[in-house]
Amino acid sequence: MAACITCHGREGQATNSGYFPRLAGKPAGYLYEQLRSFRDGRRQQADMSHLLANLSDTYLREMAEYFAALDLPYPPPAPSDLPAAQLARGKAMVFEGDAARGIPACASCHGQALTGVQPGIPGLLGLPRLYIASQLGSWVTGDRRAPAPDCMAEVGRKLNNEDIRAVAGWLAAQPVPADAKPADALPAGVSVACSAMGAHP
Amino acid sequence: MTGRRFLVRTLLALSVLLALLAGAVVMLNLRGEDPVDDHAGPFAATPGQIERGRYLALAGNCAGCHTARGGAAYAGGRGIQTPFGTIFAGNLTPDDATGIGRWNADHFWRAMHNGRSRDGRLLYPAFPYTSFTQISREDSDALFAWLRSLPPVAQANRAHTLRFPYDTQAALAVWRALFFRPGTFTPQPAQSAEWNRGAYLVGGLGHCIACHGSRNALGATDTARGLVGGMLPGENWYAPALDAAHEAGVAGWPAEEVVTLLRTGATARAAVSGPMAEVVYASTQHLNDADLRAMATYLQALPQATAPAPAAPPRRNEALLLRGERIYAQQCAWCHGDQGEGEPGAFPPLAGNRAVNLDNPANLVQMVRRGGYAPATEGNPRPYGMPPFGHVLNDDDIAAVLSYVRASWGNTGAEITPRQAMQR
Repeated sequence: MAACITCHGREGQATNSGYFPRLAGKPAGYLYEQLRSFRDGRRQQADMSHLLANLSDTYLREMAEYFAALDLPYPPPAPSDLPAAQLARGKAMVFEGDAARGIPACASCHGQALTGVQPGIPGLLGLPRLYIASQLGSWVTGDRRAPAPDCMAEVGRKLNNEDIRAVAGWLAAQPVPADAKPADALPAGVSVACSAMGAHP
Repeated sequence: MTGRRFLVRTLLALSVLLALLAGAVVMLNLRGEDPVDDHAGPFAATPGQIERGRYLALAGNCAGCHTARGGAAYAGGRGIQTPFGTIFAGNLTPDDATGIGRWNADHFWRAMHNGRSRDGRLLYPAFPYTSFTQISREDSDALFAWLRSLPPVAQANRAHTLRFPYDTQAALAVWRALFFRPGTFTPQPAQSAEWNRGAYLVGGLGHCIACHGSRNALGATDTARGLVGGMLPGENWYAPALDAAHEAGVAGWPAEEVVTLLRTGATARAAVSGPMAEVVYASTQHLNDADLRAMATYLQALPQATAPAPAAPPRRNEALLLRGERIYAQQCAWCHGDQGEGEPGAFPPLAGNRAVNLDNPANLVQMVRRGGYAPATEGNPRPYGMPPFGHVLNDDDIAAVLSYVRASWGNTGAEITPRQAMQR
């Protein structure tokens, strides 16, 4: 995993400032699918696509499992400079969504603790604000995709800039609970068809 | 003779000359063509032929261009950058409307051997028919049989985005008249069957010269000079010479090691990276032992270029080297060692590494900026990778650290200029 360290840190820990997302402790199925997506053009990041171009599924799966198994402490969140109203809006989107616009709450799929769900749904805490915002933006523009059925694309394209600023700002300002682990399952099951929760080839 | 009559005669003479030239161009474009039966019946392929074609398509890495990243296999769509614009590879699946569903074996042979499409259009030599023209009709038919056996994919071909005049058939016709001649592989009786098989694979389907050859200003490879190394068209990668011990020549290697490099992408002394990692991943790792051995035999027997006389050591830019040394200690020594000694099986040594000392530093700049893995192959399933440093080091840093590496531990590479380090 030496090739990962200049961006993601020595043990995939990254930092919560800057851009690069933490890898440690994310669900293995999620990480594996992201690696495949970079390689196969569903996610756009030139360095990642270049690095992974000639790597096999087997090797990518092993990389994903390595990072998923790491259990490392999270740094405290960076203080937020967003106005309170915007943070409140972010929190509301995260836990309630916006039924009028058909946007489910983030927590309905990513778990009430927002620490993700096995095997394929990532946690949303402990990530840099810039990274969350750019990912949400790339769901809007269609630059980020997942294999069908692409549930997050359905949600993502309904977001506007205000939503993104508020949600990314609120998420990045939250401390990560001490025992942050992806949940084993969603209590109410997955409400929409989603490749992230299906079997992986 | 009045001025007016002179003008008329000159114009007439010019017209005749032009007509003759145009005629010559047309004739040169049609030479060596077998008659094509447009009404030939359906192609009855044997299972053996299809399997053979599948293998040959791997040997030629057809999918490398004819499959877009993440796209349907052989359905085309990948853009090939050239100095003249971008050429998009076509759909090779047997879809009637968008692929080669209406082609017959004669059409396919004419494309491979003569570089003309089913409808008679001249094809751009980004499709390397300048090499494929060497392959046998039997192999062409096998490839066609394999492609016909694929599931048809309806995916319209993307129009090339070439600049004028390169986007015209007339310009292409002139190019072909100048630089393309249909050829047939002729075995050399003085050489072994193995050598001849290697020559056929390297010079034909393998189209190694497309990267490892030199190109003129109009993009034509120089077959006479052979595998002397060259820049990839439209990319800042250098495909090193295969006929020179100081570049990527393998004449002095054990044959087994050449086979290993092509099969696994790495040996104790070298690993492939960049575009060659793609070639090993998608093509050569799938070839059988006999064919890899044949390629090795041929490559080892290439007439060897002599190493250039050592140039007088350039004046050392001590400030640059000091800056480079600091960066090296901070960013590189962790893996490559304080003395550039590397770590066997994981991190390549930089001391005495011929890839580090190459006259052309393009690949080094690429590796530092973008990082890279050797391909994951059956023989080397967990390759080590180099991280990208493009977000950590700026162009001047890259020039400094590489200049330091090339001036240290017995290395002899020249200083890297800011201009070389800024190439993307």
